[in-house]
Amino acid sequence: MTATTAEHHDHHDDHHHAPHGLKRWLFSTNHKDIGTLYLWFSFAMFLIGGLLALVIRAELMYPGMQVVDPEFFNQMTTVHGLVMVFGAIMPAFVGLANWMIPLMIGAPDMALPRMNNWSFWILPFAFTILISSVLMSAFGEGNPSAPNFGWTFYAPLSTTYGPASTDLFILSVHMMGISSIMGAINVVVTVFNLRAPGMTMMKMPLFVWTWLITAFLLVAVMPVLAGAVTMMLTDRHFGTSFFSAAGGGDPVLFQHIFWFFGHPEVYIMILPSFGVVSSIIPVFARKQLFGYASMVYATASIALLSFVVWAHHMFTVGMPLAGTLFFMYMTMLISVPTGVKVFNWMATMWRGSMTFELPMKWAIAFVILFTCGGLSGLMLAITPVDFQYHDTYFVVAHFHYVLVSGAVFSIMAAAYYWLPKWSGVMPNKILGELHFWSSLLSVNLLFFPMHFVGLAGMPRRYADYALQFADYNFWISIGAFWFGVSQLIFLVVAILCAMKKGEKAPANPWDAPEEDLEWTVPSPAPFHTFDTPPVIK
Amino acid sequence: MAESNNKYYVPDSSPWPLSGSIGLFMIALGAGNFIQQSTDFGQNVLKHQGTGAGYLLLAGALWLIGTLFFWWRDTIKESITGLHEGRLSGSYRQGMIWFIFSEVMFFAAFFGAMFYTRWLIVPWLGGEGSNAMTHELLWPNFQAMWPLTTTPDGRETQAMGAWGLPAINTAILLVSSITLTIAHHALIAGERGKLILFQGITVLLGIFFLFLQVEEYIHAYTEMGLTLNAGIYGSLFFMLTGFHGMHVTMGTIMLLIMFLRILKGHFSKENHFAYEAAAWYWHFVDVVWLFLYVCVYWL
Ligand code: HEM
Ligand SMILES: [Cu+2]
Repeated sequence: MTATTAEHHDHHDDHHHAPHGLKRWLFSTNHKDIGTLYLWFSFAMFLIGGLLALVIRAELMYPGMQVVDPEFFNQMTTVHGLVMVFGAIMPAFVGLANWMIPLMIGAPDMALPRMNNWSFWILPFAFTILISSVLMSAFGEGNPSAPNFGWTFYAPLSTTYGPASTDLFILSVHMMGISSIMGAINVVVTVFNLRAPGMTMMKMPLFVWTWLITAFLLVAVMPVLAGAVTMMLTDRHFGTSFFSAAGGGDPVLFQHIFWFFGHPEVYIMILPSFGVVSSIIPVFARKQLFGYASMVYATASIALLSFVVWAHHMFTVGMPLAGTLFFMYMTMLISVPTGVKVFNWMATMWRGSMTFELPMKWAIAFVILFTCGGLSGLMLAITPVDFQYHDTYFVVAHFHYVLVSGAVFSIMAAAYYWLPKWSGVMPNKILGELHFWSSLLSVNLLFFPMHFVGLAGMPRRYADYALQFADYNFWISIGAFWFGVSQLIFLVVAILCAMKKGEKAPANPWDAPEEDLEWTVPSPAPFHTFDTPPVIK
Repeated sequence: MAESNNKYYVPDSSPWPLSGSIGLFMIALGAGNFIQQSTDFGQNVLKHQGTGAGYLLLAGALWLIGTLFFWWRDTIKESITGLHEGRLSGSYRQGMIWFIFSEVMFFAAFFGAMFYTRWLIVPWLGGEGSNAMTHELLWPNFQAMWPLTTTPDGRETQAMGAWGLPAINTAILLVSSITLTIAHHALIAGERGKLILFQGITVLLGIFFLFLQVEEYIHAYTEMGLTLNAGIYGSLFFMLTGFHGMHVTMGTIMLLIMFLRILKGHFSKENHFAYEAAAWYWHFVDVVWLFLYVCVYWL
C-alpha cells in the first residue's frame, strides 16, 4: 500500500507508508484503518447478535417450549439487544465517521489519532466480557446465568435479582462508555478544528453535521449511563438504596436515569443514518439536497428535544398526570422535525433524474420503512393508547422498523455507497441485488406481523405465547431466518471487496458532484489523504 | 515553506492505546470478580476472599498507569520538540473541554438522582400526591423529611451538618483555586519562584482537603451511623462526595505532575497546555464542590 508516494514528494517519508503486518492494525493511528477495524468489528457483532436473535425466533416459532428454557431465553433477549445496540449499530456508525468525516471535510486524519485507536480497541475487550457470559451460560459448568433482565436492565431485576454476571456486565458497560465518549470527543474536535480552509459549517456534508450532533449527544448521555450502572453496582454490593424503596430510594428512579440516556441513545443510532441518506439521495436523484439548512436545524432540534421526552418509555409506571402529558406532547413534537426530514428527502427525489443503484435502493427503502417506524412511534407516544401497547410486540415492531430497516439499512446503504472508495473495487452487483431484495422482503415478513400480534396483546420478552398468536409467529420466525441468511450474502460481498475481487472502481463511480470531497481522491483512498488541505470554493 | 506550517501532526503508530485497553480489560475482569467474591450480596460485608481477582485488579490499575505514563511521555516529547503548535494544540484544548463536559454529565446523573429523591420519592413515600395508600399500606409510620434520617424500613442515621469540616473544606478548595490562578499568572509572567511556591501550595491544599474528607467519613461511620447502608441519604451523600473526592484525587495527582514538570522546566510562557488543562480540571472540581456543598450539606 504505497499508492500515494508517486503523488507526494515529501521528506516526511515515513508518514506516507502504511505500516505492515499486525502492527498496522494493532497500533494504528490512521483513521481509515481504524474505520475498517470498527466496521469489521461491528459486522462480527451483527452476526453474533443475529445468532442470538435466531435462538429467540427458534423458540418462538411454535407455541410451547421447544428449544431453550425460559431462563436462557431471557438471556438471549438481553444480550441480543445489548450486542446489537452497543456492538453492532454504534460501532458501525463510528466506523463510518472515522472513514468518511476526514475525507468529507478535507482533514488529514482524525484530530486525536491515538485516542481514536484506544476507543476502538476497548470494544473487543468489553464485548469479550459480555459475550463470554453467554458462552458460560450455554456451556460452562453449572450454567451460570448471563445478564437476563432485558437490554434496559431495570432495577430491581438487575440489582436485587441480577445474576452474578451482572457485575461484569456493569464493568463492560463502563468500558463501552469510555470508548464511546472518546470516540465522540474525537469527532467533535475533528469537525470543529480540522476542516479545510473554506469548509464553513454550513458547507459541511450532512453526514458530518448529523455526526457532530450525534457526538454531542454521546458526550452528554454516555456518562449518565455510567452513573446508572455505578448506582446499580453500589446497590448490589455496597448497601446503597438508590433503587430500593425500603431505604427511601425508588426503582422508578432507575428508569428515569436509564431513559434519560436511552432516548437520546436511540437518536444516536438514527441521526447518522439521516446523514448517510441525505448524502446518497441527492447523488442518485442528480439534484441538490432539498432544504439543506432546514435539515441541519431539524437535526439539531431533534437532538435537543430528545433530552425531554425520555419518560414516554414509562407511561405505565404511574407518573403524575402533568408529567405524563408533558412527555406525550414533547414526544409528538419530535415528529415535526422528523417529518421535515422525510419531506426533504422526498422533495429531493421529486423530478430528479433518478437511477436506482444499490446505495439508492437501500436509501429509498430506508426512507419508507423508517417512516413506518416513525408512525408507529407516534402511536406509542399517545399516552392512553400506549397503556395498551406498552411492552407488547407492537413496541418491538416499532423499534425494529426504526433500527433494522432504519439504522441497519442506512449502514448497508453507506457500505454499498462507499465500498468503492474504501476498497477500490465495486461491490458485486448480482450479490448486492440479491442481498437487497432478500433483506427487504424478509425484514417486512419478520417485523410487520409483530404489529398485529402486539396490538392483539402478545407481550414481549416471554418464551411462550397463547395459541392465538401461533400463525403470525411462525411466519415471523421464517422471516427472521431468511433475514439472517440474507446478511451472509453481504459477508461475501464485503470479503470480495476486501480481497479486491471485482470491477475496478474509478475515483468517482457514482458521478457525485465535486463538492463531495471524498470522491475527489483516488479509489481506493490512499493511506494518507489531504495532508495539505484541499481548496474549497 | 508556509505549507509545512499548515500541516497537522499525525503521530506514528503507537502501542499505548492497545496496551491501555488491555489495562482496562484487566481492571474490569479483576474488579467484577473481586466485588463478586469479596462482598456478600445482601449483607454487604467484606468477606476477604477472591484475592486472585484482587491482584488482577491491582495489576490492571498499575498496567494502565504505566501505559498512560509512556503514552504521555511520548506526548510530552512531541510537545517539547514543538510539534504541538497551532491546530494540534487546539485539538487538545477542545478535547479537554469536552471531556470536562462529559464529567459534568456524570455528576448530573447523581445530582439528578438527589433532586428526584428529595422532591419526589420521599414525599411520595410519605403519602403526597396520589400516594396516600402507598404510604398507608407499605410503611404507615414513615415520615417524609430531608435529610432522610429514618428510612421507610426503619434504619436511622444522623445528617451531616454544613459547618465544621465541610465548611473548612469549602474554604480550602476556594483558596486552592486562587493559589492555582496565582501560579498560572506567575507561569505566564515567567516568575519561576512564585510559580513553584504557589503550585506547591495548591497541591498541599488538595491533599489537605482529601485528608479532612477522610476524617469526615470516619466520623460519619463511627459516630453518626451515616454509612452507605443508612438508606438513600447515606447513599447519595457518599456517592456524591465520594465521586467528587475521586476527582479531587485525580486533580491533585494532575497538579502534582504539573509541579514536577515545572521543576523540570517543561513549560514556557507560550507552550503549557497540559498545565492549563490540569487547571481547568481543578476549577471544575471546585465548582462541583460548591454545588455539592450547597445542595448536599447545606440545604
Ligand atoms: C418519530 C419518532 C418516534 C417516536 C414518536 C417514538 C416513540 C416511542 C415510544 C412512545 C416508545 C415507548 C413504547 C413503549 O414502551 O410503550 C418507543 C420505544 C422505542 N423506540 Fe421509538 N419513537 C420514535 C422514533 C424512534 C427511533 C428513530 C428509534 C431508534 C432509532 C426508536 C427506538 C425505540 C426503541 C429502541 C424503543 C423501545 C425501547 C424498549 O423498551 O426496549 N424510536 N418509541
Ligand atoms: Cu424514546
